[in-house]
Amino acid sequence: MLSIKDLRTTVGNRKVLDGLSLEVPAGEVHAIMGPNGSGKSTLAYTLAGRPGYEVTGGSVSYRGEDLLALEPEARAQRGLFLGFQYPVEIPGVNNVYLLKAALNAARKQRGLPEVDAFEFLTLVREKMKIMQMDESFLSRGVNEGFSGGEKKRNEILQMLVLEPSLALLDETDSGLDIDALKVVANGVNTLRSPDRAIVLVTHYQRLLDYIKPDRVHVLARGKIIRSGGPELAQELEARGYDWLLTDAA
Amino acid sequence: MTENAQLQDLVGRGYQHGFVTDIESESLPPGLDEDVVRAISRIKREPAFLTEWRLKAFRHWLTLREPTWAHVRFNPVDYQGISYYSAPKAKTDGPKSLDEVDPKLLETYEKLGVPLHERARLAGVAVDAVFDSVSVATTFKDRLEKAGVIFCSFSDAVQKHPELLEQYLGSVVPHTDNYYACLNSAVFSDGSFVYIPKGVRCPMELSTYFRINAAKTGQFERTLIVADAGSHVSYLEGCTAPMRDENQLHAAVVELVAMDDAEIKYSTVQNWYPGDENGVGGIYNFVTKRGECRGRNSRISWTQVETGSAITWKYPSCVLRGDNSVGEFYSVALANHCQQADTGTKMIHVGANTRSTIVSKGISAGRGQNTYRGLVKILPTAHGARNFTQCDSLLMGGRCGAHTFPYVEVKNPTATVEHEASTSRISEDQLFYCLQRGISEEDAVNMIVNGFCKSVFKELPMEFAVEAQNLLAVSLEGAVG
Repeated sequence: MLSIKDLRTTVGNRKVLDGLSLEVPAGEVHAIMGPNGSGKSTLAYTLAGRPGYEVTGGSVSYRGEDLLALEPEARAQRGLFLGFQYPVEIPGVNNVYLLKAALNAARKQRGLPEVDAFEFLTLVREKMKIMQMDESFLSRGVNEGFSGGEKKRNEILQMLVLEPSLALLDETDSGLDIDALKVVANGVNTLRSPDRAIVLVTHYQRLLDYIKPDRVHVLARGKIIRSGGPELAQELEARGYDWLLTDAA
Repeated sequence: MTENAQLQDLVGRGYQHGFVTDIESESLPPGLDEDVVRAISRIKREPAFLTEWRLKAFRHWLTLREPTWAHVRFNPVDYQGISYYSAPKAKTDGPKSLDEVDPKLLETYEKLGVPLHERARLAGVAVDAVFDSVSVATTFKDRLEKAGVIFCSFSDAVQKHPELLEQYLGSVVPHTDNYYACLNSAVFSDGSFVYIPKGVRCPMELSTYFRINAAKTGQFERTLIVADAGSHVSYLEGCTAPMRDENQLHAAVVELVAMDDAEIKYSTVQNWYPGDENGVGGIYNFVTKRGECRGRNSRISWTQVETGSAITWKYPSCVLRGDNSVGEFYSVALANHCQQADTGTKMIHVGANTRSTIVSKGISAGRGQNTYRGLVKILPTAHGARNFTQCDSLLMGGRCGAHTFPYVEVKNPTATVEHEASTSRISEDQLFYCLQRGISEEDAVNMIVNGFCKSVFKELPMEFAVEAQNLLAVSLEGAVG
């Protein structure tokens, strides 16, 4: 699904990713953990193609395609989804309108006709139920006046509707209380399937209690310094990152 | 004598014959003096009071100078280089029905999307189409007549309802009002007239599409809408003009009168040719629009979407004379490329408990300059008057400008005046968020801009809200990147 080799990214002349390699096969959930400033969000933005995140070396193959050669919107249309750490507000633009435009853009790329308005609304309502979202969401602006938790739920709702092949979830658990965390985790779990991959970028092991990862990676100083099974997350929770950083140095 | 024969007569007397584009049209030669004013009045077979009124305006105009206070720059207008009358030549004499209208003209309207035919997209809208200076066809006359509504070209009104014109013409915008209104009063050629009788709710949206076709003609329409006590009318004006290198002058006047408990909703979608990317050509849109809430509990609401014109100089205003009357102004103004817009409103509170709302959304892109200029004036008599103003600007790119000039004059201590203003840019975060959802940059910009304008668009009649959104998208093409 995703194959990253020796990826190097600079952000405003600062080297952030420095030879990062990672393989994420279809059907798996990978967690990327690491201390603050280690480059976790940069990895997510680089993969999504955010302007200002300049790739200076390495390669990324996504479903056999050269991901880095694609425009950001083309990556999204091909099923790459980024759940933002800080979802932005777009005043006056209806949530459902944005979501429908997003779905239709992806369908167009696949040569499918635009989604029928009635079917679409039925689909959104069904997913809203999973995310325990209020009906009023339908008439509100994109993240307009949403609480932190509502914004995160909205990200996962969008993901459920768009059904991406590769979901990158950047600190989706931050700012959530335990009930909201369970709802969000449940949403993510419903998306698990053999033909999809999910990459969770997270600071804490807490999320991994609810979304069980197949692999856990530690990102520090711009590269993966340790990979392991779910037990690695437990160990990190108990011991912190310092022992790894000393090892790697 | 018919209008056409009159024209021939006029041409015979030495006036130059002129035509432009595919349709033959009759024009007066360029130039302006009392003879031209008289000639226009004669072509239109106007009663003496109107000829006199025009001449009075013309003489006053000679004493005026062009205003220079607006935040716009442009080459001076050569008023002697303009032809002040231009009309398509009718193929037959007598009353014009749709069938008799030149098919080429209909084709033009078709391209513009004007629904002349009753089965057209906007079925339910009566259109009084103005091609250059003469009203070509009016639909839905029967249904309106049954309701007692008068909706006709200004020229028709001159013939059929001179007493109403004499009573109301110039009663809101006097001929002395300002340079351009004064010029219009002298040389106006056609326009629309609406009268809604007491207690009548106009059974359909009324709509006029104006179009400047002939080159080097100024267009000077005059619209007068009178809503008698307890009546209600919604009126939409749409404007486009073809591409030309030279600048064309458009100096219209719109007067609205609302009597007791009457309501007028006036919506404009203005898409005059804005000039090219380098600012060559385009319409000078110098328009005076004012409504008077003459009666108690009356309401006048202006909604405008201004995407066209090289220069827009326009301040649809309300004089709130009647107690408890309400004035509203909702505006979206776009200035892209080299466009300059200086637009806003005046709310003059005279009566007690009068209320006004101003919502202005200015979008600047390219090298566009967008100015909001608004006056809220509370007179000593306006006890308990209230105004709320919201004025937002959106900037795209680093070479455009947004300017705000709010004037507030409060002469009554019981009044409440609120003003909110904001200036923002389309943020990279918003753009990237949309891109990451698979939406193209252009669509994303349109989406964000439309969201910004939402509170104004929702005031437009539904069909036109869609049109306005499309228009905005077209006008913003190439604004990003």
